[in-house]
Amino acid sequence: MFLRFSNRVIVCVLLFVFGQAIAADWSGYGAAEYRGFTQSTLDNDQFDSGSVSLSFEPEFYHSWNGGDDSVAFVPFARWDEHDPERSHVDIRELVWLHVAQDWELRVGIDKVFWGVTESQHLVDIINQTDMVENLDGEQKLGQAMLNVSLIKGWGVLDVFVLPGFRERTFPGKGGRFRSIPEIDDHTFYESAAKDKHVDLAVRWTQTFDDWDVGVSHFYGTSREPRIMPSPTLASLVLVSFYDIIHQTGLDVQATLDEWLWKVELIHRSGQGEAFNAFTGGFEYTFVGVLDSAADFGVIAEYLYDDRGSDPAVAFDNDIFVGGRLAMNDAASSELLFGIISDVNDSTRFYNIEASRRFGNSWVLSLEGRFISAGSKGDPFNSIRQDDVIQLELARHF
Amino acid sequence: MKKIGLLLLILSSVFAYAQTPEEKGREIAIEADKRDNGFANSSSKMTMTLKNANGDVSIRKMRSKTLEVHGDGDKGLTIFDHPADIKGTAFLSFTHVLDADDQWLYLPALKRVKRISSKNKSGPFMGSEFAFEDLSSREVEKYAYLYIKDEAVNGEDAFVIEVRPNYKYSGYTRSVVWISKEKYQPLKIDYYDRKNSLLKTMSASGYQQYLGQYWRPDVMVMANHQTKKETRLGFADYQFKTGLSERDFNKSSLKRAR
Repeated sequence: MFLRFSNRVIVCVLLFVFGQAIAADWSGYGAAEYRGFTQSTLDNDQFDSGSVSLSFEPEFYHSWNGGDDSVAFVPFARWDEHDPERSHVDIRELVWLHVAQDWELRVGIDKVFWGVTESQHLVDIINQTDMVENLDGEQKLGQAMLNVSLIKGWGVLDVFVLPGFRERTFPGKGGRFRSIPEIDDHTFYESAAKDKHVDLAVRWTQTFDDWDVGVSHFYGTSREPRIMPSPTLASLVLVSFYDIIHQTGLDVQATLDEWLWKVELIHRSGQGEAFNAFTGGFEYTFVGVLDSAADFGVIAEYLYDDRGSDPAVAFDNDIFVGGRLAMNDAASSELLFGIISDVNDSTRFYNIEASRRFGNSWVLSLEGRFISAGSKGDPFNSIRQDDVIQLELARHF
Repeated sequence: MKKIGLLLLILSSVFAYAQTPEEKGREIAIEADKRDNGFANSSSKMTMTLKNANGDVSIRKMRSKTLEVHGDGDKGLTIFDHPADIKGTAFLSFTHVLDADDQWLYLPALKRVKRISSKNKSGPFMGSEFAFEDLSSREVEKYAYLYIKDEAVNGEDAFVIEVRPNYKYSGYTRSVVWISKEKYQPLKIDYYDRKNSLLKTMSASGYQQYLGQYWRPDVMVMANHQTKKETRLGFADYQFKTGLSERDFNKSSLKRAR
């Protein structure tokens, strides 16, 4: 991967600290994955049927000063049989953390998660999505940052300075789960500083009894690009355009016995017309279903984005309904499934994820994603032939 | 003067006699609470061995920290070390006497802190035979008490009291607790399920005294009579008054618990 100069300095400093470490602690996992595609490709350049991929994510952690100082180093690598864009390496974390009585400082590359909802994460904006990893967008690229966290009676205030920007990863010409035509490597920025723009973010969180509240503001390069057509000599391709945006976010969760009520709301300006987006709903848990040890949660969320279908937004007016079954057994068996349905047309996105442990260190996961696209304008239209069943076997150490 | 002394003696024995089984049960619970008071904070390492009816074994390792809270339930932070796929997962709980507990879970793969429903009191802790409520702090007001009798456990004199939960979502109608007369700690607990049939028995052994006051067991074994599964919970490296504070029990400390 390409690292900016400031990132290189951080890497050097941290590698020095890392070198000083006496007692080391390594953990992590290696995994083999098979993706089976049941339908023929939409574009002849895309690979057909199945694909094998290997991934590796070791983790180094060392602390000193009685735990008040620590470094974490988490590199990640994936090799993919058919899509060179999916074969990639990244530094997920390389961060020094210092903890004091009422503040914490993080310097380096790190991952940060904000938000409460399940179907999508509107408020979460610090890290870029590693889209080649998984269609669900849950995997993130490491982000260079300086983060000061103030822990006070009135809540936790986080201030972030984010030097350097990571472009979203997209599957290559030969890959599945891509737009048609594909998104080209050429990237355009609103800022003259391009990917060297220093972004800023601030977030306040507080717990009021059963209520967990977060308010955040982000100023900088949008993590979500605008996708624009760009004619080349050979054909038409799509390119990414990254605007400078302001985004204010609010996330609230009320935990009322077996009910979890969740809301995420954002207002973003600077990316075309200013817009608002909303995700909100509930999760209700049945504890000990059918006299067993298992818990079953029912999740329902409404997804709204007032950009509507122009530009194409995947979840502009959609309903998510899903279930989560936790067996609470020795193998930690779990099942998660859901459907996102567009209210306006017949686009449906079906999802199933199951996993369990074998022995002490093996985890087998199964994922299925099935798409039925209704209208041509829907972003799901170009992946309508990409129904997939994925099996992954991971060894943790 | 002698007469007054005799009168007092008679009166006090009358009062003692008039003490109801409810009062005596509660008195034992209050004494147990008093003797365990003032530990401020503690930490320990735990190893759980899960065994099913076929004898298959799986191991869980975790570290636990507790902060004593006066006038409410304690605060706890549990960090999981083994098996490797859940390493770094951490669990923060603010227990309350009668209100629902506040619980947060940290998922390291996503770096996500999740507030979770506290209705899971009766649910199994890490797939083991211990329920969350079995490992929660024992506050006097959480239960209604009834003294039954005195009975020794493995030669150790004990009070036998029946305990009924006052809080919502318990998996038990009642439990019967053998409390050591010397240590005022449970030696054995029989748990009765919602249908009032015997579900589990917990046996604690290897009690050691720390700081000349606080008794803690080395081993707790929970046997499920209905499923024939068993969990052995071993404790090591008990430490008290280690300087832990509120600061070590919040969402920020949960995120970096490792």
